[in-house]
Amino acid sequence: MIAEDPIQQAVTWLNDPLNWTNPGGVLDRLGEHLWISAAAVALGCLVAWPLGLWLGHLGRGGGVVVMISNVTLAIPTIALLTILPLTFLGFGQRPVIVALAVFAVPPLLANAYTGVREVDPEARDAARGMGLSGLQVLRRVELPLAVPYLAAGFRTAAVQVVATAALASFVNGGGLGQIISAGFGLGIATGGGQILAGGLLVALLALLVEVALAGVERVVTPRPLRRSHGRAARRAASATGGA
Amino acid sequence: MSFQSYRDDPGNPWFSWQYVRDNSDTIAEALREHATLTAEAVVIAALVAVPLAVLAYWIRPLTGPILALSGILYTIPSLALLAFIAPYVGTTRATSVLIALVLYALLLIVRNTLAGLNQVPAEVRDAAQGMGYGRFGRLLRIDLPLALPGIMTGLRLATVSTVALVTVGALIGKGGLGDLILGGFRNNFYRAEIVTGTVLCVALALVLDLVLATAGRLLTPWARRRAS
Repeated sequence: MIAEDPIQQAVTWLNDPLNWTNPGGVLDRLGEHLWISAAAVALGCLVAWPLGLWLGHLGRGGGVVVMISNVTLAIPTIALLTILPLTFLGFGQRPVIVALAVFAVPPLLANAYTGVREVDPEARDAARGMGLSGLQVLRRVELPLAVPYLAAGFRTAAVQVVATAALASFVNGGGLGQIISAGFGLGIATGGGQILAGGLLVALLALLVEVALAGVERVVTPRPLRRSHGRAARRAASATGGA
Repeated sequence: MSFQSYRDDPGNPWFSWQYVRDNSDTIAEALREHATLTAEAVVIAALVAVPLAVLAYWIRPLTGPILALSGILYTIPSLALLAFIAPYVGTTRATSVLIALVLYALLLIVRNTLAGLNQVPAEVRDAAQGMGYGRFGRLLRIDLPLALPGIMTGLRLATVSTVALVTVGALIGKGGLGDLILGGFRNNFYRAEIVTGTVLCVALALVLDLVLATAGRLLTPWARRRAS
């Protein structure tokens, strides 16, 4: 082999402290990546949770929830990433956050809806019988019982957003993907190591978020509900996966 | 390419027939590349995934590892996967994109095929055994036909998400319609090009989904009879 092994190059790249601390280095990009992802997930929750809980409470709109997840599955991420900056949102991080939030909505919505629908009808009847109003039933009975599902949806959405945020680099939106794109820009001979190193960082971050949120999901799920319900919620979310 | 005519137009329209007419060759080529990549990826993924699912179905202890491994592959961001593959396979070759697409489609098909196989009723399996079917005979005549709805669900999900994922290949210029989307963005934010790419991409996904749904209905006439 004439060129240096890409893995060797990647190790060298990661071992250069300047690649981490320079402006536009790993630490900068990591900060951007986390900020964009957090904002997108928060925005997604703000839209999807109230809507999902309310539709679940009414017991209507199941078809709409399924349709939304099917349609968003067919929309390429980079289409929204390139179209939104050309609208009133303008360039920069704002359109990226909105685009990622759109893809966070389906798993959040589906799980919020399913979570409320899966509440034992007897618990709901009992709450009604005690004289709680519709909104009180939602807040004091259905919402707490739906928490495991909300957590499962949150995990799916967050992992997906962190993974997809790497694509923001296509439109110069920042984040760790920028390291990979820059590597491809340099060409394989000089940038091969940087491409691999960037890929490694992005993949590690996604797996870390997945593991951390799996822990959170476990903690907020009451012990008796843990195994069967957790799995059911993942299944409800599985139809909307993809990065 | 009559670039000048676009610059003369003061507006930057969201859609323009002029653009479509002037660039019909480029658009058709991108669409063809997109459809080919999708078809290749889904077919290869199915050829790997269905035997894997059968393996997990026959040998229960393998179910956990197979699902976990494909789950981890699925969590790895598409851009990172491309970054792992491209330095070895080539940064300008469609093969790099194809490998990434296959790895993503795997999980969806394995999981749904396995779910379909596990739904085969135990009595049916017993009856087949009693009638003297061997392992492979039962698989081909009983298990797989009954698992077809699950397999078709997996294929449809894999196809739709693969169509969307192909666009990521635009990073190395092998993204089919993604090349139009990203090209339009880089070409002075030319909206008509971006929107044409996007619309065709979504349309391709819907058409392929419809084709597979119809094929699934034709392949399982008994399911329709039972429903009616």
